Amino acid sequence: MHTKWLSELWRFRELVYFLAWRDVKVRYKQAVLGVAWAILQPLVGMIVFTFIFGRLAGISSDGIAYPLFSFSALVLWGYFSGVVGQTGQSLVANSNLITKVYFPRVALPASTVLAGLLDFSIGLGFLVVLMTYYVVREEQAAPNWTLVWVPFFLAHLILLTLGVGLLLAALNVRYRDIKHVVPLLLQMWLFLTPVVYPMSAIPERFHPLMALNPLTGIVEGFRACLFSGRQLDPALTAISLAVTVIVFVVGLLYFRRTERAFADII
Amino acid sequence: MPRSILVDNVSKSYRLGNAQHGMLRDALMGVFGRLFRRRKESSERLIWALKDVCLEVERGEVVGLIGRNGAGKSTLLKILSRITEPTSGRVDVTGRVASLLEVGTGFHDELTGRENIYLNGSILGMKKREIDAAMDQIIAFAEIDGFLDTPIKRYSSGMRMRLGFSVAAHLRTDVLFVDEVLAVGDIAFQKKCLGAMRELGDGGRTVVFVSHNMATVERLCKRTILIGDGRVKQVGDTRAVIESYLNSFGATRKQTLDLGAIQDRQGTGAVRLHKMELLNADGSELQVFHSGDGLRVRLYYECMKDVSKLHFGIRIYTTLGVLLTDIHTWSTGQAIPLASKGQGSIEVEIDYLNLMPGTYVLGVWAGSNHEWLDVLENVTRIEVEPSDFYGTGRGIESRFGLMFLPFRWSTADDGETNAASETGHRANSLDANGQAPDPLSVCQAGGTVNGVRTNQQATTVESGGLARDGTTAESLP
Repeated sequence: MHTKWLSELWRFRELVYFLAWRDVKVRYKQAVLGVAWAILQPLVGMIVFTFIFGRLAGISSDGIAYPLFSFSALVLWGYFSGVVGQTGQSLVANSNLITKVYFPRVALPASTVLAGLLDFSIGLGFLVVLMTYYVVREEQAAPNWTLVWVPFFLAHLILLTLGVGLLLAALNVRYRDIKHVVPLLLQMWLFLTPVVYPMSAIPERFHPLMALNPLTGIVEGFRACLFSGRQLDPALTAISLAVTVIVFVVGLLYFRRTERAFADII
Repeated sequence: MPRSILVDNVSKSYRLGNAQHGMLRDALMGVFGRLFRRRKESSERLIWALKDVCLEVERGEVVGLIGRNGAGKSTLLKILSRITEPTSGRVDVTGRVASLLEVGTGFHDELTGRENIYLNGSILGMKKREIDAAMDQIIAFAEIDGFLDTPIKRYSSGMRMRLGFSVAAHLRTDVLFVDEVLAVGDIAFQKKCLGAMRELGDGGRTVVFVSHNMATVERLCKRTILIGDGRVKQVGDTRAVIESYLNSFGATRKQTLDLGAIQDRQGTGAVRLHKMELLNADGSELQVFHSGDGLRVRLYYECMKDVSKLHFGIRIYTTLGVLLTDIHTWSTGQAIPLASKGQGSIEVEIDYLNLMPGTYVLGVWAGSNHEWLDVLENVTRIEVEPSDFYGTGRGIESRFGLMFLPFRWSTADDGETNAASETGHRANSLDANGQAPDPLSVCQAGGTVNGVRTNQQATTVESGGLARDGTTAESLP
C-alpha cells in the first residue's frame, strides 16, 4: 500500500517542482528587493537579538561572537518557522486545486518545503559570508572536518519541518482555527530552543527536557559543526532524531488517513 | 472491447447541517460535553448525491452524461477522477486519467501566459516534456500570440478562458472526463473548441462528457447516460436518451392552452378564442417541439354573433418581439365563409417548423373584413429543441442562422439527389397528387401552387391538407 503511494508521488514529482516554482516566482515577481528578502528576516532577528541579548542582557555565547552565534541558529529557525506556517496553510490555500484535480495531496506540503529551500540557501550563503568575516578578523576559529556533518543536520531539519507541516496541514483542513494557534506555538518554540541563548545558560537539570525538543539537537549540532571547539553531544543528537522521526511518522500517517476526505471538507 | 471504466454500486452521501470543517475549540468543547452530559441529537441530515450507480464504459467510447442540475453528474465525475471517494462501492479506471472540471485550474494572476501554461498543464497531469512538445500548438490554438509574456492578470476573461481551454485541449491521456467546460468565447472559438473536443474523442480515447447542450452531446457521443436524483435513469443510444430527458421537462408544460382566461386581448370581441391545442402532425398530444417537426394547432372559438369571412392566424415572435411569421387563412384563401353564432373550431397543419432551436412566443388572432375580432399577442412561450433534421447525426444549431431550410445538394453531372438528402427531410403531408410537397419549389419566386399565388418573399411554409376554394383575395384588416 505504501509503495503504491510512493510510486504515485514519484510520478507526480514534476508537479511538486512546478508548485514550488510557482510559489518562488510569485514571491519574487513584485518584490522590489528581490533576493534580499531572504536574508532580511534572520538578519533583522540577529540585529535585534544581538542588541537585546548580547549587549543589554549580557548573555554569553560560549566564546563565539554573539551575532555569529545567533545568526547561525536564526537561519535554521527562519526556515523552520516560515515553512511550517506556509505548509500548514498549503492545503487550504490551494483548495481550488484539491476540489478540481486529482494529484497526491502530499504534493502540496512537499512543494512548500521545497520552495523554502531557496531562501534557506540564500540565508546559509550569508552565514558563510558572516563566518568568513569573523574568521578573517581572527575572532573565530575556522571550521574543520566537522563541517561534513552539516548536510545531516540540514536533512534532519527538513524532515522535522515536513513532519510538523503535514500534521498542521491536515489538521487545518478540518479545524480552521489552527492557523491562529500556529504563530503562538512558534513563538513559544523559539524561546524553548537555544537559538538566541546558549544551552549552557540553562541549568543542567533542564537539559533532558530541552533535549525532547528536536530543534535543540539540530541547532546545537549545527553549531558544533561550524564552530570548532564545540563538542557534538551524541545523546542529544540521537534523542532529537528519534523525536523527529516520531513526529514525521505521526504527521504522515494522520495526513494519509484524512486525505481522502479533503475534497469534501475543504 | 476491453473495459475502460467500471462503476460498481457506487453511492455517495454528504452530511448537511453542521459545517464540514469546524473549529478546534468546538471539537474540544464537544469532548467535554460528551464527558459531562448526554450529547444532543444531531441536527444533521444525510443526503445521497449518488445511490447504487452501476456503469461500464468501453475503451475508446465517447459517452455523454446528462441530467438536471443537482442530479449527481459532477459528483460522479469527481468520484471517477479520484478527487473524492465513494461512500460505498468502488470505481475502477484503466489507463492514464485526466479531468477537465474547470477551465484554467491553478492559474495564477502574477505569472505570465507562458508560465501559466506550464503550471496548468502540470496540474492537469502533463509532463514537462509533453508541454514543451505541444507548446506551439497550445499558443496557436489559444490565439494569444504576443501576450505570452504578460502576466495573465492583464488578460481579458475571454483570453484566460481560451488559454485554459487550449491547454486542456492538448491533453493526451487514455481517459478523459469533461464537465461542461465547452463553448467558451466567441462563435469562431466555440467552433474550434467543438472541433478539439471531437478530436479528443476520435483519438481512441475514452471520454465521459457532461453537458447541458444537447446538440453537442448528440454530435459527440454515441451512447449517453441519464442521471436523475443520484441514480442512473437510462443508458443507451444518445438520441433516445436525450428525448426522454427532454420529455421529462415537457410533461410539465400545458399543451392545451386556456385562452379564455387571458385578459390582455384586443379586438371587438365578436369572436372569442378560448382554447388552443398544440399537437403533433399525427394529432397526438405534443410533448416537445423540435426544429423541423410538423405541428398541428387547433383553435376553439365562440362567435357572439354571425360573422362572415372569418379569418384566423397564428403569429410566431422571437423573445425580442420580432414577428417571424404570421400563418393565416388569408394567404390560402381559406376563410370560413359564414360562421354562425356559437362554438366552432379550426385547425392548421404546419409541415415543417423551420425554426432554429430557441424560445419563441406565440400569438393568435381572429379577424374579418378590415376588423380585428380577437387578438392575443402573447399566448405562450414555446421551446424549440435542436433536432437531427437531416438525419445525418449532425444537428441543427442556432449558430447556423435565424432559420433553416430543407434542402439537398447534388452535383451537376449526376443530377440525382445524393444519399444524404434521401433522409434529408421528413415529409409530413402529401399534396393533392399524393406526392410530398417540394418545399423548395414552393419557396421559389412567383411560383403558383395549387391555384394560389405564392408570396415571392415567402419564409413561411404553407399548410397543406385543407381543400382550397380559390376565392379571390380579401384584404386583411
